[in-house]
Amino acid sequence: MIPYAAPIFKASLPVFMALTLDDVRRVAHLARVAIDDAEARAVLSQLNDVFRLVAEMQAVDTAGVEPMSHALDVTQRLRADAVTEADQHAAFQSVAPHVEGDLYLVPKVIE
Amino acid sequence: MHNATIKSLAADLAARKFSSVELTRHLLSRIRALNPKYNCFITVDDAASLKQAQAADDLRAAGRAGPLTGIPIAQKDIFCAKGWLTTCGSKMLSSFISPYDAHVVEQLNGAGAVNIGKTNMDEFAMGSSSETSFYGPVRNPWNADNVPGGSSGGSAAAVVARLAPGAIGTDTGGSIRQPAALSGICGLKPTYGVVSRYGMIAFASSLDQGGPMARTAEDLAIMMNVMAGFDARDSTSLERAREDYTGEIGKAVKGLKIGLPKEFFAEGAEAGVTGAVAAAISAYRKLGCETVEVSLPSMKLAVPVYYVLAPAEASSNLARYDGVRYGHRAQDYADLTDMYKLTRAQGFGQEVKRRILIGTYVLSHGYYDAYYIQAQKVRRLVARDFAEAFRRCDVIMGPTSPTTAFRLGEKVDDPVKMYLNDIYTIPANLAGLPGMSVPCGFDGSGLPVGLQIVGNYFAEAKMLGIAHQYQQATDWHLRVPPGCEG
Repeated sequence: MIPYAAPIFKASLPVFMALTLDDVRRVAHLARVAIDDAEARAVLSQLNDVFRLVAEMQAVDTAGVEPMSHALDVTQRLRADAVTEADQHAAFQSVAPHVEGDLYLVPKVIE
Repeated sequence: MHNATIKSLAADLAARKFSSVELTRHLLSRIRALNPKYNCFITVDDAASLKQAQAADDLRAAGRAGPLTGIPIAQKDIFCAKGWLTTCGSKMLSSFISPYDAHVVEQLNGAGAVNIGKTNMDEFAMGSSSETSFYGPVRNPWNADNVPGGSSGGSAAAVVARLAPGAIGTDTGGSIRQPAALSGICGLKPTYGVVSRYGMIAFASSLDQGGPMARTAEDLAIMMNVMAGFDARDSTSLERAREDYTGEIGKAVKGLKIGLPKEFFAEGAEAGVTGAVAAAISAYRKLGCETVEVSLPSMKLAVPVYYVLAPAEASSNLARYDGVRYGHRAQDYADLTDMYKLTRAQGFGQEVKRRILIGTYVLSHGYYDAYYIQAQKVRRLVARDFAEAFRRCDVIMGPTSPTTAFRLGEKVDDPVKMYLNDIYTIPANLAGLPGMSVPCGFDGSGLPVGLQIVGNYFAEAKMLGIAHQYQQATDWHLRVPPGCEG
């Protein structure tokens, strides 16, 4: 690594691909967020502003650079396969929207 | 007593000049008087706070008091506190009474600190202005038409308004340092992994870090001694020996090498900010420090990288809010998918939904490598820049934020403009480095400016010592916003 090497940008910059209204609807469905057409339209231009900003980062040549997920490159700790938690289901279920007989209730999914 | 630091309050409590119950009552009455104006707190529970204060007084009577025993500390509403409403500034959690304590809260309780209330914040810590809260915006005590910064804006405003001598906050892209700067207090984001994230409601897990906010660096050090430490319940918590963060308070800074990244001073910052920061650096030179120019060439990529990583991690973390186990649930729905969709559409605000959509998109099939992996690679370039810079200097200094406190509503409809406000703070989060903000003056409109100090990994004690020397030579941290003198 050369000290203070400026990031090298790829010769051919990726063309900024604007999202479409269908992309927004698809992503909202994947994220399980209801969205109507007026909201989708409003959010579309804001998302495209963000992705225009993100394109700057996509243009950098990162060949040979390892992805960084933890600042100190530590890995996840392992622990003994032993029970460490006490049963607190009553406390935890006390904040649930709908509980019956220790079970979380949701709308019927199987006919 | 509301103008006193944590350190002097502890001395007065030890000397029995007043009790924790008296101190707590006094601050609760100030909160009652001033909170309607600034909206710093989401929840205040006099009975619960006074019960803790009484327990602290009993602890002292039994001869078992420590440096934080009986000291009221405000808690950002992102920290789960058992029996307390814990909302994260969201409608989604507007009825969530936490059944357990966050690690940091447990540590504070164990030390005998008093929870003086849960502070307002940007919803799920997503914001730089504390305007996206379900509970309404926080206002800056220096000018109520302006924001206090964010996302820990309620904590920052409470501390500068003398409603609490200290507060806890969290910093994912600047959420401790930027509001500390815009409100005129001190705030420290420790090295990633030093403060446990257990019970701290997750936003972007590879970046989130809790830390202290107070009026002096010495008070931050006192709080760090209680907050920091290994916790097995956070898988990224670092196994390190306990450290005394007050260890370098009082140490001279003569001979210290301060790195000034040219990118921090290039352009974009307001004149009032650069002027105050330059004056602070001159003050350090007078104290015998040397300055050296360094460079962080990938810095301008930090914001674009952050707005891939943070929303991606947020979209995953916030998937848990489905209306099943806790939190808001929609009333009328056709089936399970409809219940999820309506629950989330109703429970989340605009900015949170925006980031969930960005995150879901960049993690969706076919885009993962181009966005998330690429962002993690550029993240390493940002970290390497700092590693290079720290070969030539002991600490890095620059502005915390390019602007002072802006007007409410000024940036809320323009996400990119809001995001760029964090340009100087995000790099330290990406690199996992400790960063802090110290009050270093005021701009022409009388709004506070923050000096940012970034240190190498685990340099918190050294940075706190460096900031302390500056605070011994200046009095910015002693200035009180008009109307808060009491």
